[in-house]
Amino acid sequence: MDFGDSAEEAVFRLRLRAWLDEHNPGLPASSTDDEYWSGQAAWHRSLYDGGFFGATWPTTIGGQGLPSVYDVIVDDELAAAGAPPRPSLGYLVEGILEHADEDVRTRFLPGIVNGRDRWCQGFSEPDAGSDLASLRTRADRDGDEYVITGHKVWTSYSDDAEWCLVLARTDHEVARHRGISAFALSMDQAGVEQRPLPMINGITKEFGEVLFDGARVPAANMIGPPGGGWPLAMTIVSHEREPHELGFAGRYAKQVKDLVARVASGPEGWSAEQGRDLAWAIVESEMLRLHVRRRLSDRLDGIVHGPEGSVDKLLMTWTEQTVGHAALSIDGARATGGDDTLMKVYLYSRAQSVMGGTSQIQRNLVAGRILGLPAS
Amino acid sequence: MDVRLSSEQVALAESVAQAVDRLGPGTVRGLDDVERVAKLDAAVAASGWRELRDPTDGPTPLASGVEVAIVAEELARGLADVAFLGPTLAAELRRLAGAPPAGAASLETVAFSARLDSVAVVGGAGAPGPGPSGLVAVDARGSTTALMVVADGPGRALASVPLGPAGAGTDLTRPGAEVEVATGAVPPVVPGSGRLSDAALASWTALGLALACADLVGTMRGAVDLAVGYASDRRQFDRPIGSFQAVQHLLADAHVMTEGSRSVARHAAWAVDALDPDDAVAAAAVAKAYCARAARTVCETTIQVHGGVGNTWECLAHVFLRRALLATDLLGGVGPSLDRVLAHHGIGGDRGLR
Repeated sequence: MDFGDSAEEAVFRLRLRAWLDEHNPGLPASSTDDEYWSGQAAWHRSLYDGGFFGATWPTTIGGQGLPSVYDVIVDDELAAAGAPPRPSLGYLVEGILEHADEDVRTRFLPGIVNGRDRWCQGFSEPDAGSDLASLRTRADRDGDEYVITGHKVWTSYSDDAEWCLVLARTDHEVARHRGISAFALSMDQAGVEQRPLPMINGITKEFGEVLFDGARVPAANMIGPPGGGWPLAMTIVSHEREPHELGFAGRYAKQVKDLVARVASGPEGWSAEQGRDLAWAIVESEMLRLHVRRRLSDRLDGIVHGPEGSVDKLLMTWTEQTVGHAALSIDGARATGGDDTLMKVYLYSRAQSVMGGTSQIQRNLVAGRILGLPAS
Repeated sequence: MDVRLSSEQVALAESVAQAVDRLGPGTVRGLDDVERVAKLDAAVAASGWRELRDPTDGPTPLASGVEVAIVAEELARGLADVAFLGPTLAAELRRLAGAPPAGAASLETVAFSARLDSVAVVGGAGAPGPGPSGLVAVDARGSTTALMVVADGPGRALASVPLGPAGAGTDLTRPGAEVEVATGAVPPVVPGSGRLSDAALASWTALGLALACADLVGTMRGAVDLAVGYASDRRQFDRPIGSFQAVQHLLADAHVMTEGSRSVARHAAWAVDALDPDDAVAAAAVAKAYCARAARTVCETTIQVHGGVGNTWECLAHVFLRRALLATDLLGGVGPSLDRVLAHHGIGGDRGLR
């Protein structure tokens, strides 16, 4: 049992550290600034070209086939250097890897991994949030194509995306979970309208809503079999609950580092209560970093994602919201304009208990599938 | 980086679990069963678990902080009411001071300050007076002596002091005892012991905190198991109460807090022997703050889920809470741990927050 680096891991870490000296783009922390989202594509490609993004994915899709714990090293070092976190798209890769046929995997995965193609995830709808299986977007067969009609919302990165992994109903006769199929749809076409949806912290580039009005997708772009959309979606959301797929442990560590630097540079100006809020942010962020190590180590036994993802999602949520509260405590409300970075960090943190499945849904899953409590 | 337990460590956890599941109290009434306690004590004594921090031929201990934490966690899960933490920390003090092990013939524990937040220390001039020393030994079942520290100018020596009779305090599973040091007396230095350096004392503190965290994790696991079992059986409104979302969400949170605690506690246990003493203390402080807060909430949840039953003496829920509260205060609870975390980041301490 060793929390430290092996010789190979230490070499990788030092190589990354040296690379970051040259290549840190100095973008703002994600979640607080539109500038981050504008620079994210270039950062993704730069990180990939350096050999530090997607290193743990199979070589067949552009990865290096390294063990999952290497992502932990990347998160550590990005945070320590004050660099932006890894792009959060591991869950898409894992979902497509597990469910798509060879043709779809070969055509789409390398572009997702190396950052050439930007993707978004068309799951939620205005009337299908937590109850995703009630989605109403439809895909109707027309020759070699499907015609997509419907309305997706809270879609991350939709304005930037060239491709959308869209869930749509292909069969209206069967049970609702069985009638859903998944497609890789090009966003660059008539029949797709993307509208930015400003979040409560004012950023406009993360959230969007997407309207499909006769958008077309080749039948060959179906991901998995007809009616196979639900199991694919469940794989994706379960990975979306895992902090290491998202690189979020690194994001929180960077935010905490910034807060610590601010307070440590002149501690006499701060109250004991602010110190306490900051200390909890340090503790929670460190907990998540260590928890990810434990989970990824378990993977060495071949244990893959399961209901434990809901445990991790709740831990990640509590961490982000504790960091958010520390940011709020340290900067407070502002009477006028100015640098409101910390307020944006705080306000963004409220989304973590909703995105990827609400905390209430996660608790239902923990109670039923881990604790074995009787169905409600 | 691979933080899985080894197969030997998994086997160790299983053997402790077997002992405590067979010979632990099981019920509140079981705490009074002196024959059972004697059997559990004999099983622990025969296992060698209390001697894991004794030195090998050189200065290194027989087993790492990870193995010791594994034993502490499983014993706590089963509310083991025999000494482990106290004798283990005494053995560590002896090892760090270069003194020979106490030997299996007599148990020895450690004396703490009255608030339990540090090892007991008296100045070279002797014990503070007048009246009782105010120093207390924890986990004192079966011990007639405790180790403490005599500050002698710039150095520290290890001393052995006699104990009064053991009696239950807050924790019903681990009685304490008063330290009998006469006012002004200087307790005798342990034969063969050298000086305890700052680094040695920090290293000991790291082990103590890591063990307290492991104890808290075990307590949480036991408390969650108890509550989940009760919620599955207890029926109201013609349904098991565990089918109600309000109850499910309390228990889900308790489980999640326990899992987060396991991750930080495991790291703290590893850090004892793998990191520099100051970094090990910092790792342990992170773990202690997290585990202590979690344990109180988890144990309170167990009482709440048991409803009226949970507020009666005969329900085990309060025994878990009481055990957690003692482990929490040992070497500093949430507040002192957060202060240590901040100090490690260059905030607080001498520079002080208002």
